[in-house]
Amino acid sequence: MSAVTLDGRSGSESAGFDPELFDQVRLRRAQRRGSKVKPMRMLLHGFLVVMAIGWLVPIGTAIYNSFRDYATDTRTNGPFAAPETLTLDNYRAAWDVGEMSKTFGNTAFIVIPALFLTLLLAAIVAYVCTRYSWKFNIVFLVLFTAGNLMPQQVLFQPLFQFFKYMPWPDFLSDTDTGNLLGTKIAVILIHVAFQIGFCTFVLSNFMKTIPKEISEAAAVDGAGVWRGFFQVILPLTRPALAALGTLEFTWLYNDFFWGSVLLNQGDERPITSSIAVLNGQYGSDFNLVAAASILIALPTLLVYLILQKQFISGLTLGASKG
Amino acid sequence: MEATAAPPSRPSLKARRRRSSTLTGRDRMWLWLMVGIPAFLHIALVWIPAGLTVALSFSEWDNLAPLSDISATGFRNYWIIFTIFEGDLFAALFNNLMLVVWLTVCSAVGMLFAYLLDKNVRGSAIYQSIYYFPVVLSLAVVGFIWKSTMFSRDRGLLNEIWPGGPVDFVGDGSKLFSFDVPFLDPALGLSKNFAALLVAMAWRHIGYIMVMYLAGLKAVDPSLREAAQIDGCNEWQSFRRVVFPSLRPINVIVVVITVIEALRAYDIIAALNEPRGTDVMGTLVTKSLLGEGGGRVGFGSAYGVVLLLLCLGFIIWYVTNHYRESEI
Amino acid sequence: MLGSRKEPNNKSGNTRNPRREMTKSTESSHKRRGAGLNRRDFMIGGTAALGGAALLASCGDDGDAAPVATTAAPATTAAPTTTAADTGPGSTSLGSNYSGEKNREALAAAVAATGVETMINTIDHNTYQENFNTYIQQPDDCVSWFAGYRMRAFAGRGVLGDISDVWSGLNGMSDGFRSAASGLDGKQYFVPFYFYPWAVHYRKSLFADNGYSIPTTWAEFTALCDTMAADGITPLSAANDGRWPQMGMFDMLNLRVNGYDYHVSLMGGNESWESPEVKNIFSTWSDILPYYQPDANGRTWEDGAGALREKETGMYLIGTFLTSQYTEQEVLDDIDFFLFPEVNPEHGQDAIEAPIDGFMMAASPDNETAAKALLGGMGSAPAIDAYIAVDPSVVAANSNADTSGYNALQQRSAEAVGSAKYIAQFLDRDTDPSFAADVVGVGIADFLGSPDSIDTFLADIEAKKQTYTFE
Repeated sequence: MSAVTLDGRSGSESAGFDPELFDQVRLRRAQRRGSKVKPMRMLLHGFLVVMAIGWLVPIGTAIYNSFRDYATDTRTNGPFAAPETLTLDNYRAAWDVGEMSKTFGNTAFIVIPALFLTLLLAAIVAYVCTRYSWKFNIVFLVLFTAGNLMPQQVLFQPLFQFFKYMPWPDFLSDTDTGNLLGTKIAVILIHVAFQIGFCTFVLSNFMKTIPKEISEAAAVDGAGVWRGFFQVILPLTRPALAALGTLEFTWLYNDFFWGSVLLNQGDERPITSSIAVLNGQYGSDFNLVAAASILIALPTLLVYLILQKQFISGLTLGASKG
Repeated sequence: MEATAAPPSRPSLKARRRRSSTLTGRDRMWLWLMVGIPAFLHIALVWIPAGLTVALSFSEWDNLAPLSDISATGFRNYWIIFTIFEGDLFAALFNNLMLVVWLTVCSAVGMLFAYLLDKNVRGSAIYQSIYYFPVVLSLAVVGFIWKSTMFSRDRGLLNEIWPGGPVDFVGDGSKLFSFDVPFLDPALGLSKNFAALLVAMAWRHIGYIMVMYLAGLKAVDPSLREAAQIDGCNEWQSFRRVVFPSLRPINVIVVVITVIEALRAYDIIAALNEPRGTDVMGTLVTKSLLGEGGGRVGFGSAYGVVLLLLCLGFIIWYVTNHYRESEI
Repeated sequence: MLGSRKEPNNKSGNTRNPRREMTKSTESSHKRRGAGLNRRDFMIGGTAALGGAALLASCGDDGDAAPVATTAAPATTAAPTTTAADTGPGSTSLGSNYSGEKNREALAAAVAATGVETMINTIDHNTYQENFNTYIQQPDDCVSWFAGYRMRAFAGRGVLGDISDVWSGLNGMSDGFRSAASGLDGKQYFVPFYFYPWAVHYRKSLFADNGYSIPTTWAEFTALCDTMAADGITPLSAANDGRWPQMGMFDMLNLRVNGYDYHVSLMGGNESWESPEVKNIFSTWSDILPYYQPDANGRTWEDGAGALREKETGMYLIGTFLTSQYTEQEVLDDIDFFLFPEVNPEHGQDAIEAPIDGFMMAASPDNETAAKALLGGMGSAPAIDAYIAVDPSVVAANSNADTSGYNALQQRSAEAVGSAKYIAQFLDRDTDPSFAADVVGVGIADFLGSPDSIDTFLADIEAKKQTYTFE
């Protein structure tokens, strides 16, 4: 398998790229396009536009109506009607009732450490497995890759009991129960354990593309295992870490399962549970819940829009292999 | 310290071992720890619980009772799910199968989108963002949006435009098609509300797959395509003979994503309240292992093991292929 | 992954949903302390209880609800890690599913009325129920929950604290409530807070404008449905999203067709679901299915409420929490209800569903003294008075509660419950909740989807029932 690297250009050298031929072909193609391909282009654009509209309808309606009052406007006039007034009241109410200042904080408290730990540990494992010949490195990679594909619900009951019976000093947790149940630490741990699989897989694929000579040179200079990691490999891995970090952020942020089964205390709950609160309470006020949905989606949407490039390369990193 | 890094080109196994042994003792200890700690975490929190669930499926236990109350029951739980709850079990398995088929179709559509967008279309970045954004949404949000905004029988958008009167996209569990299976009642088939759910899932899946292929297509050597064109290949031929084969690494990943997503599907169905007719293995497992019925751990674990075996079977197939080709 | 796990029975929002029952009868003298009460005793005991409490006349002149906080008394043994030894009971925590805006505010007022320093930990109603099994393994000191089987299921598994000593300090709680709050061992584990009946709701103006009169028998009821249909009104709002709302219809039909005793026996797992009695429920049900709003399975109960408000439908069998859906005063004033009509003259209209909500204590709370003080306070009149001042859609359990401020619907609720001979709770509160949700609820959904399949799904329920153990 050829490597798809971050700049999306791998493999061309090996295929014997000939710039001259390329230019010729480009020219010819441009001439052709000028003449007869136009109608096809229009068709193509038409298709893409129609699909894009279809794609936007569900979320677009939600966004539009989140600025309208449900009881006095949407209910009587329908979801597409011109608004009587536009208001931010739904957002205000969703923020307050969903206690989003608290739940956003909880989510941050889970996602940031989990993200950091996952990337660090995965990078370390990937480093060892790719830079050192390690008797078990295939075994590890297989185990990690496979573990990441397991259905989470199946793990729940034993994990729950494990956290319940695992003694844990209170000063290291946010509860005073003497065990891990109901702590954010438990959620962080399971996130790390689970995501480490995927991240190791991706990072090791990436690290394989870093020439071994670099590590060897460092070793000759007397760099030990740690220095070889922190000073040589880690900086070179930065683009992959950025990409992976963006992707993992949205996954961890969007987690609902572990956050809601392991955090039973209301004031520990993550942001994704806010929608359940609002849905239960204002099930019939679609607009309010829509506002909440959008508030919840905002961080990931922003990350996606701003870091789109990293995000997408994060997804596709997994497909590259050395 | 004469620690050595692995040589650039992979030498024989024996040679490699020799090299590693030139590491200092301290380095070796570090290496063990560097791999050992994450591996321990992963194994302890993923593989061991999975194994314990398998063990629990042969037992009977109320999860509020002490661990000492666990009592072995042999295959009783399996007997129950295969002879008494078989209607639920096979309906769920069938839905999972439908999902595999459907998401595969969606993956092909995703590939088509990617192929079209790769043609230097003006504004392709915008299209790409639009098709992709559902992927970053929490499934809680996706579930709400589809259930309330699109599917709701009395207030949903789809029902405003659907010809021939309102349709109950959420609750109508009657079958679009079905066929009788001996010993199984009711017949297996695709229920209408599950078909509606498939649409919501496509909304998310297509963009995901599209992005993967977009990156893959960028990596296809342009000169190959041009060469094909010069050789007189038409669009389809050059796609089939040149582009598609070079997408192979992406294809593998897409197959994995598609099948695993189909087997593990859960969230969006749960977000819709799991209407009758839409159960998949993920919801069956969750329903019986968690929730107020969580007292029936053995029973729920038996469902869990069925799901686990499906996933593991596929994972093993993938992993053996993947790693055989790539390394060793 | 979103995953709201499970699917509980009650997908309602701000409402609790009914389940469980009790009954009322006059002979309520029960030896409830006796260790070996059986399930049946409970039910009968329950019977007597509610009624008394509900009666507006407030029979109980047991004096004012003494602020039980003081009664909270020295905990039993492995007690309090109490921080505040000298100054009162200290602080405690309460896990709450009162997640509606109004409910939450009302609960806070009630807790404040007890004077016990309490941290309230609110979780949305559905998630709370779905996760209760795991939550109760590491709960807050006190937790909100439902009376009856659903409480006993947890009491019997040792995860709840015995609060019999709190009960000895409670005034104004009838015997019926006491038995609804007792475990199979005869000890009390639950403090009733309020209840709310299920009945057929309608808009008074719609009935007045069209000259409809309140039906009391099945024949009148179906005739009224016919008339409405002819007038272009869908007779019955019908919702079943989450698979709990139609459990109410099942229960009412069972109570009317087969009577309360049969209901108890069926819920207790002692009757066959393939019996003629059960089939009779469904064939009676088939009579009114044509009058249902179409596609009940996909409709939320809130949407059913919307249809009633718009007068698209004429009647709606639902709990009195229905009114929480309406904000317009003019609509609220226009809502009334009547008792589910008689089907079998043998049973008349002698039973009603009126689920009880209340509070329990964890098996080993951090601060047992404060927890018991809180529960004692919540069981007393001032707390429920404070609650009802904010959320007047329920009826106080404590007979000392101030009923002078009840609105018309509350008064009617109290009367309806007070005059019923038997008081049931709700399908998923009266039997194993998992059996109710995953087996019976599924069967009912199948019935609504294809009403001809009665024999098939009843056989399925009966087979699955064999894999459950009932109390």
